[in-house]
Amino acid sequence: MTLQFNDETFRGDYSYFNTERAIKRLPFPFDRDEYMYSVNIEAHPGGPKGSPFEFRFDVDEHYISEMKDRAITLDDDPLRCQSLPHMELAGWDLLEIIMVSKAEDYPDLFTLHRDGNRWHWINRPLGIEQRFTFLDPTTLPCGPMEYITRQTQGDFALLHERDGNLWMDAGMVTSQADWSLDFDIGMNFFEWHAPVPKAKQMGVFDKALKFLLAMQQGQSYRRLNWTMTVNPRLDTSPENYHKWGPEKRTITPENVGRKQHLRIELQSFWRLPRSNAIAFPIRCYLACLEDICTQPKWGRRLHRVLRDIDPTLAEYKGFAVNQETIVNYLSQFDDGAPTSPGIFPDA
Amino acid sequence: MSKQMTLEVTEVEPLTALVTRFRFEHPEKAPLPIFSGGAHVVVEMPDGEMLRCNAYSLISDPNDASGYEIAVRREDAGRGGSRYMHSEVTPGSKMRISVPTNLFALDPRARKHVLIAGGIGITPFLSHLHQLDLLQQPFELHYAARSRDEAAGLKLLPKSARIHAHISEEGNRMDLGEILTGQPIGTHVYVCGPEGLISAVLDAAARHGWPKGALHFEAFASPPPGKPFTVTLAKSGRMIEVSASQSLLEALEAAEVEIDWSCRGGACGRCETKVAACDGQIEHNDHWLSRDERAEQKKIMPCMSRFTGDALVLDL
Repeated sequence: MTLQFNDETFRGDYSYFNTERAIKRLPFPFDRDEYMYSVNIEAHPGGPKGSPFEFRFDVDEHYISEMKDRAITLDDDPLRCQSLPHMELAGWDLLEIIMVSKAEDYPDLFTLHRDGNRWHWINRPLGIEQRFTFLDPTTLPCGPMEYITRQTQGDFALLHERDGNLWMDAGMVTSQADWSLDFDIGMNFFEWHAPVPKAKQMGVFDKALKFLLAMQQGQSYRRLNWTMTVNPRLDTSPENYHKWGPEKRTITPENVGRKQHLRIELQSFWRLPRSNAIAFPIRCYLACLEDICTQPKWGRRLHRVLRDIDPTLAEYKGFAVNQETIVNYLSQFDDGAPTSPGIFPDA
Repeated sequence: MSKQMTLEVTEVEPLTALVTRFRFEHPEKAPLPIFSGGAHVVVEMPDGEMLRCNAYSLISDPNDASGYEIAVRREDAGRGGSRYMHSEVTPGSKMRISVPTNLFALDPRARKHVLIAGGIGITPFLSHLHQLDLLQQPFELHYAARSRDEAAGLKLLPKSARIHAHISEEGNRMDLGEILTGQPIGTHVYVCGPEGLISAVLDAAARHGWPKGALHFEAFASPPPGKPFTVTLAKSGRMIEVSASQSLLEALEAAEVEIDWSCRGGACGRCETKVAACDGQIEHNDHWLSRDERAEQKKIMPCMSRFTGDALVLDL
C-alpha cells in the first residue's frame, strides 16, 4: 500500500485533518470507561496489521507535514534539540535503529545500504539522499540524533543510565504536551516527573524506573498516554504558551467538536546497544472530538472518561476550563450502552 | 529473565592452567547483537538434572557481531558451573546464551578512565578497551595478578604504554595510593576483582577525597556454595530444599517457582524477594541490599544469598 501524505498545517490556519483510514487506526488510549494512572506497559512492536503498533516507528499520512512543522519550530528555537557531549554515541544508536527499522518496515519509502561503516540512506517522502560514514559526525550535516529525528515523527528523549537512575541528557522535542527539554535537560527521572500529580504517592515512578533500568536490548516496550489540546497544534510548549494558551478560551459549544483535540502519545522504550542508553520516543496523534465520535464505542467511552475523571487530572491535563463544554458535547454520543473491552473500535 | 539465543562454541583455548577462553558464534553465522563495553551474558549449563546459569563478562569487541567471547576461571570450590565449562564444553557444543546486559558501563562524561583489575576481574575491561578506542577517551589500566603463570590477562591485553601489569610474585605490587593521586579532575575509577581489591580501592579513594559518583565497581562473584538449607513459600506453604551446590535462585527455578532475574550475581536487584519470617541468619552475599536492609533480614537476593537457622519463609 502506498501512503498518501496530507498537505496540512499545525499552526496558523490549522488545516490539519485525519482521513477516515487515519481515524480508524488511531491508538485510542482508553481500554475501559474510566481513567487512572497505571504502568500500562506492553511489548512493542506488535499489533493488528495497519495499526500504529505494527511497526517499530509508525509512519502515517502526516509524516511530511509534521517534519515541516518541526523544521519551523527548530528555526525559531534551536534549543528544542540538545545533546550533552557524552550522548553522541547514543545518537548514533538511535540513528541506526530508526534507519534499519524504517528501511525494513517501509521499503517503498526508505532504503538503507550498508557497506561496513559506509552508509547510504534514501528517504523518498522527504527527497533526501545521504552517503555518510557511520560513527563519523563530520559526514552528516548535523549530529546523528538531530539528523534522524528531523526525519522521524514524534519527540525523542535519550536517557543516560548512571547511579541507578536515568538522566535526560539529549532530546528532540517539538511536539510536546507542555514540557520543555531546555528546562529538563540534565535532570533525572524523578526530577523531570516532579510536576505530575498523584503518581509519586501511588509509587508509579519507583516501579517505572525499576522496569526501565532492567530493560535489555532486543526487548522494546510501549505505553499510551494522553492529554487534551485546543486546535491541532504539535508545538504546545511552555516556551510558546503565550501563543496556544489563550486558544483554550476560544472553545464554544458550536466549535468544540472541531477545535478540541484528543492528544494521544504512543510512547516507546528502547535499550540502545552501543551506548547502553535508553531511547524514549513520544509519538503524538491528534484527533478532534468529531473524528473520535465517528467510532460509536470511542464516543461513548470518551464521554464517560472525561465526565468522571479525577479533577486534579483534568487540571493537570489542562482542559478543566472546557470540561463542561466537552462533556456536554460528548453526551450526545453516549446512549448508555455498554462498551467492549480493549482500545480498538467495534468492526 | 532475558531473551536468549542458541549459539555454537567455535573456540576453546586454555589461557592458563585455570582460565579458558570460549568463543560463541551463531550456528548459521548470523550477526549477533552488538553491545557496550562492560556487558555480560548469562550462559545456561544443563549440568545433569540441574540447570546452572552463570553470568560472564564479554571480552570481545562490542562492535564485532561475528561472535562473543568469554574467559572462565575454573573454581574448584564453586558450585560447579565453571567446572562444567571446563570439562563438558568443546567446540561444536550448542549453548543457550542471553542477550548482553550491562551493569558496569563506562561513564562517558569522564575526562579520563582509570581501570583497575585483579585476577579474572580483567574480563569486563577487555571490552571496555574497545569502547575507549571507539570513543577516543584517555585511560589507564592497572592489572594485578599473583604470578605470570596465572595472569590470563597478559594473553588478552594489547601492548600499550597505558596498560600496566602488576605481578606481585615479581615484587611489583599495585600501589593504589599512587594510582589514585595526581589524576585529573573528572577522572572516573572502575574496579573489578576480588572483594579485597574492591574494598581497598573504595577505601583508598575515600581517603583521597574522590567523589562517590566517580567510583564504579563490579564483583565478578558467582553464587558461593554452602550448607544445605530449606525455605518455605508463604503463599503455598511449599518447602524447598536448597542443596550445598545450588543457589537459592536455582532451587526455586528447579521447583518451577516464578521469579525474575537478570545478573545472577547480586548486582542488578531483579530477584529481590521479601522475607515473611526469618528465624536464623541470612548470609547476604549480594551487592544490592544496603547495610540496614541486610540487618533487618526482611529482604533476600536469592541469586547469591544463603541461610542458616531454623526457618526462612519467603513472600512467594
